[in-house]
Amino acid sequence: MTHELLRFATAGSVDDGKSTLVGRLLHDTKSVLADQLAAIERVSNERGMDAADLALLTDGLRAEREQGITIDVAYRYFSTANRSFILADTPGHVQYTRNMVTGASTTELALILIDVRHGVVEQTRRHAAIAALLGVRHIAVAVNKMDLVNYSKADFDAVRTDFIEIARPLGIEDVTVIPVSALVGDNIVDRSAQMPWYEGQTLLEYLEAVPVGLDPRELPFRLPVQYVNRPRTATHPDFRGFAGRIASGVVRVGDEVVISPVGRTTTVTGIDVLGTPTDVAFSPQSVTVLLADEIDIVRGDVISAAESAPQVTREINATVCVLGETPISAGQRVLARFGPKTVRAIVGSVTDRLDLNSLAHLPHTGALELNDVGTITLRLADEVAVDDYDVLRTTGAFILVDDQDGSTLAGGMTRC
Amino acid sequence: MTNISDYTLDHLDVLESEAVHIFREVVGEFDRPVLLFSGGKDSVVMLHLAVKAFAPSPVPFPVLHVDTGHNFPEVITYRDETVDRLGVRLVVAHVQDWIDDGRLRERSDGTRNPLQTVPLLESIVSNKFDAVFGGGRRDEEKARAKERVFSLRDEFGQWDPRRQRPELWDVYNGRHRPGEHVRVFPLSNWTEVDVWRYIEREDIALPQLYFSHERDVFARDGMWLTAGDWGGPTGNEQVVRKTVRYRTVGDMSCTGAVESTATSVSDVIVEVAASRLTERGATRADDRMSEAAMEDRKREGYF
Repeated sequence: MTHELLRFATAGSVDDGKSTLVGRLLHDTKSVLADQLAAIERVSNERGMDAADLALLTDGLRAEREQGITIDVAYRYFSTANRSFILADTPGHVQYTRNMVTGASTTELALILIDVRHGVVEQTRRHAAIAALLGVRHIAVAVNKMDLVNYSKADFDAVRTDFIEIARPLGIEDVTVIPVSALVGDNIVDRSAQMPWYEGQTLLEYLEAVPVGLDPRELPFRLPVQYVNRPRTATHPDFRGFAGRIASGVVRVGDEVVISPVGRTTTVTGIDVLGTPTDVAFSPQSVTVLLADEIDIVRGDVISAAESAPQVTREINATVCVLGETPISAGQRVLARFGPKTVRAIVGSVTDRLDLNSLAHLPHTGALELNDVGTITLRLADEVAVDDYDVLRTTGAFILVDDQDGSTLAGGMTRC
Repeated sequence: MTNISDYTLDHLDVLESEAVHIFREVVGEFDRPVLLFSGGKDSVVMLHLAVKAFAPSPVPFPVLHVDTGHNFPEVITYRDETVDRLGVRLVVAHVQDWIDDGRLRERSDGTRNPLQTVPLLESIVSNKFDAVFGGGRRDEEKARAKERVFSLRDEFGQWDPRRQRPELWDVYNGRHRPGEHVRVFPLSNWTEVDVWRYIEREDIALPQLYFSHERDVFARDGMWLTAGDWGGPTGNEQVVRKTVRYRTVGDMSCTGAVESTATSVSDVIVEVAASRLTERGATRADDRMSEAAMEDRKREGYF
């Protein structure tokens, strides 16, 4: 069996025990080593606590405390015999929309925490909405602090029903709700003796079993070209390969492909996976492909399956999330980065703003501020090859960059 | 193992592909990249990935080593043989040069690790490097857990948490002003065990001191340090012969050996997987000075 990699993001509101849960997951999977544990035990003792406070494992940096800021995402790593995990831990309190958008963008699963005593709250709804917006396909809900309600099945069931209710209209394919106590360790790694009524998986069992990724055969082939490889050496005088990471789908030698935006078609004559020639490659492998015809291809072009080419356009509609202090407004000049392609762009219009509580698109033509999610149109200086984000995440995503100071202004999802 | 028949990728293949994607993005976007190469295992893996990313072309950038003058001689030999074999250009910044002309002063404790920062930054400026590949991994330490893949540094080489950019999907933003540079960490998402598994899988040669050998060492601050001209042992520190290996390779004055009988990569993997100490906690005096030690050095422009 393949030892796979699963990337997931955590989300929770203030005081729902997220740091403790993350600490517990790391601790119980034996990912916390003795010197780290000794360090947090020392700090816990200094603060007058009896046991090591696992939440300290994910404590902030001094720079964050001094400057009163929170860095958006901290990455944690752990593995089991079956899988390796990358956990994008997003802080819940300040700027949580920006943080969760950033954390969720690289993951395929969101772990949302709910305090069983408070049930589904406004932030839970927002977390679920952001996960859905970013195309996260699986949601695991840890209903936490079960120890504080005497492990009550009725309390758990009520939260579970409420969450499924809010998740349904979001179109999330897969929702799993698990009763846990992060503090005590119930149903995190080890099955709880306190909740015999719960017959489902523990959190770790779930994380180990949930399917990773989509089957590449179900999606059309896309290869954004990062680099044209022309060695011009004595051993490789005529080699001309197009290097990139396959964004989606499968490519085989002999496949007919189309080059966007020029629209020329040609045939794949060779595939090289990091020095090894092969007949077939699939996402997310980094490859170099060789093509039959001499076509002028540059960094930022996209090589696609001929039978299902991406859209080529200078005008796009997109959902954006504003990530910086500079608002996004009509008429603004920005740089848009679609993978390896950077183009100048002008914001055509702002058309609506998404209310993350009601999930309603409210008419809105003013500026979108930090943490706002809304719909805009963009006019581009050059044609780009794009896909609808909900269909193809990698070739549907882009960022907006401030041309003056280089900061990242917004994350965008193309709607075709 | 990656399984072609069911279209699934092994986690090492995913990490490898991600790192290669990062190398290619940098070469596509920056004018003068450079790779920090010390002969330590992380930098060795980085260079191996760079070779694979651009094959059959040669690696399209030079490598930079900040030589403290207290480096292990076998690591320097390894470094020189590796760059010769790959035909890569090596730029060396000798800390000794900075000491000789008075720009830096030797510390009373003899350690030169903190002295690397100035030669590193000045070499970046004088060579006009705009992207600097480093082997840092997010699993190493909590200041690193929040590091970006593309980490912006100002003209003073400083890391300012306020100016770090959100990193979404695999779309990296390398825009920088003249004089600024970007540190790039292709191994961000690798763990220590991942690095070792990859070394095993790719059959990558390493300096011998990563494997068990006999060595004259003495104890200082709870670590086994190699006896040598750099400043040890002193006072009543006793030299003893031990069977050891190194988990990290740095300046001799602050890199400790661990007692080990692991003679092969597979032995090391077993040992690392069973270890109860982080690699920096076990072997790096510089990281133990204070809880925020790494954070402070990072802000000053350290690796």
